[in-house]
Amino acid sequence: MNPAKPPSKRPGWLWPVPVALAGWELATRAAGDLSFPPPTTIFSRMREMWLSGPADRLWLTDAALTDIPASVGRLLAGWALAGLVGTTLGIALGRSPLLSRFLGPLVHFARAVPPPLLLPFFMALFAIGARMQINVILFGVVWPILINSAEGARHVDPLHLETAAAFGLSRGQRLLRVVLPSALPKVFAGLRLSLSLALILMVISELVGSVDGIGFQLLDAQRSYDLPGVWGTIVLLGLLGCAFNAAFLAAERRILSWHRAANQTT
Amino acid sequence: MIARRLLDSGPLCGALGAAGLVGAWEAAGRTGFISPTVFPRASAVLSRAAGLAADAGFLSCVVSTLGAWAIGLLLTVAVAVPAGFLLGTLPGLERAFGPVFEFLRPIPSVALIPPALVLFSDKVDMKITLIVYAASWPVLINTMYGLKEVDPLAKETLRAFGFGPAAVLWRVSLPSTAPFIAAGVRLAAAVALIVGISVEFLAGGAGGSGIGVFLIEAGGATDALEYIVAAALWAGVIGYLSNGLFVLAERRAFRWHTARTEVAR
Amino acid sequence: MLEISNLTHTYGSGPGSHHALGGVDLSVAEGELVCIVGPSGCGKSTLLRSVAGLLRPGGGEVLFNGAPVAGTPKDLAVVFQDYSRSLFPWMSVADNVSLPLRRKGLDRPRREEAALEALTQVGLEEAGAKYPWQLSGGMQQRVAIARALAYRPALLLMDEPFGSVDAQTREDLEDLTLRVRGHHAMTILLITHDIDESVYVGDRVVVLSGAPATVVGDLRVDLPEPREQIATREHPGFVRLRAEVGRLVRGPRPAAQHPTPETV
Repeated sequence: MNPAKPPSKRPGWLWPVPVALAGWELATRAAGDLSFPPPTTIFSRMREMWLSGPADRLWLTDAALTDIPASVGRLLAGWALAGLVGTTLGIALGRSPLLSRFLGPLVHFARAVPPPLLLPFFMALFAIGARMQINVILFGVVWPILINSAEGARHVDPLHLETAAAFGLSRGQRLLRVVLPSALPKVFAGLRLSLSLALILMVISELVGSVDGIGFQLLDAQRSYDLPGVWGTIVLLGLLGCAFNAAFLAAERRILSWHRAANQTT
Repeated sequence: MIARRLLDSGPLCGALGAAGLVGAWEAAGRTGFISPTVFPRASAVLSRAAGLAADAGFLSCVVSTLGAWAIGLLLTVAVAVPAGFLLGTLPGLERAFGPVFEFLRPIPSVALIPPALVLFSDKVDMKITLIVYAASWPVLINTMYGLKEVDPLAKETLRAFGFGPAAVLWRVSLPSTAPFIAAGVRLAAAVALIVGISVEFLAGGAGGSGIGVFLIEAGGATDALEYIVAAALWAGVIGYLSNGLFVLAERRAFRWHTARTEVAR
Repeated sequence: MLEISNLTHTYGSGPGSHHALGGVDLSVAEGELVCIVGPSGCGKSTLLRSVAGLLRPGGGEVLFNGAPVAGTPKDLAVVFQDYSRSLFPWMSVADNVSLPLRRKGLDRPRREEAALEALTQVGLEEAGAKYPWQLSGGMQQRVAIARALAYRPALLLMDEPFGSVDAQTREDLEDLTLRVRGHHAMTILLITHDIDESVYVGDRVVVLSGAPATVVGDLRVDLPEPREQIATREHPGFVRLRAEVGRLVRGPRPAAQHPTPETV
């Protein structure tokens, strides 16, 4: 009758985090295993790697100013391109049954190819570098967006389309004002799936073939047996993942507010 | 009339689409639009793919990758489903672990390969461990989500007939969560393959084999692209078939679920 | 067989709390069909859930055959309004009906026999192999009734059982309830917000006030048996009882100022 607030939204829900950190610190100190440095060592190594620069650059080091933007730039470029291509093709496929019959099986086949296999392909096609990585991300993550958009565009409420036609909206207007908004929740579901996939592909592409970026830094730390550096880089990647996810959810909440409201009343 | 009817046939159009793509690809090579030294022709890739199907080395690599994938997925289900039920039915446990999970989950699983390379001496163990870690998330989260979606009235109905909590869990919570678990496993299957192949790339030939190892080794050859595209074709076929099997099994087992959601639409 | 004394219940606490039951007293004799009516949101369902042992009331006592209700009593079955949610979509109709019989320790053939018998009583002997979602709303509610009948409860609780079906189906289900009640020696507690329905099917109509609910009226229905949709509803006694119940449901307030849509 009076639903209690979900526990995870109450203030103070974060208490297990410091507890876990403290437990981790104690356990690693007790074990003394060099492969598992205590979190304090990891954090001080992270500070050293990225936050020990001059004050006029906000203490950011050269590594923080080159590797992180390089990685994030490639990730966002590949993901944004995939979003553009995937949504456009997906809506075309969703609205045209004929096109969908011809290309549908090919799309599903392409989606079934494990994305890491694109890596040797683009490495052989292009040289190592940003172009190769952006292509790997683009071709690796476009499929969930494409398939979801097609699904969304296919299931537009016919009554909405008929209403739009009855009011004399042109084909273009119908596409932009009715089909696209109706498909948007599905498009966002696809975009969200592919964002985490893009992060994975960014890391693996930098681990396998790169001369800069966070993944390269990770491999470099591993090769020099700098385990605090390895774990520190992983923490950084986790924080990046958190940040992307939070930013995406905030954007989705703003853009799809009508969808949630409509679904709550029905 | 006949043309119209032929265009309504899904499999025929799909085959035509695929044939058209292969034809255009071959034509681009033949006419010199794309030089075969830059990108191999369709005919070359297809004959290479046919050759790979009889290549013992390639086959053992495929078996190695799929074996780790299957074992990893089985272990994932064995670990993540009970964990999801525990977390989903004991709110205190979820409150304690939830925030920790929220920090672990966004870490891209492949980033764990470098430290794992240091920690594990056996590359097969390492591959399976990383697969289980990465694939557990979608199964765990879907299980917990599915448990939240269990209709309280369905549980109450059974309780009204005097059944205890164990019977409610077994007869209501488990069956109504099963479609969500299955969807999680299907997601996990794709993740497991991504992680498995990525591990093979980075661990290389040292103590392991697999599609990833095969491709890295082929990468040095002069006709590398031919091998890579042919192998990717086979990977696509395997992925397509396995996904199709998953979907088919889900549709058969959870007819009640799909039928109801379609009615609701 | 059922004694409810001074039953109270409040949901939540503090300013957001909802005082649903304000001391309900009610006793139901063996074999009676008692209808409970009241304005919507008055706590009818809370009362039923307390009797079923699905909810621990805040205060008061429910005695079932002389023993206080703790947990769900044996010999009790419930038919909910929302058949689509209370029938299990992953089971066939026959499995749905025979599921509760597992608790009675019957073996498989006995369960199947009982399920078929109950389905026959509600006219669905052909539908056993189908799934609930392949049936219409009225048929699904008949399955839910069959499930309760197969269990052979001493007390059957029905929570707005005909609230989600169309008018024609509703009349059919009302008559079905009256008919099966004749076959089994059952006590029925039927909750409804429909005044006509309460008078038509009930031996007694108990009227609850708005929340916090108390009993404001308890009327015996002395209409000729068997009841019949047209004849009973034009009987002068029916018209009089209906008006009486209607006035009780609306309460002492001037009706024009506080219309309650459900009871119009």
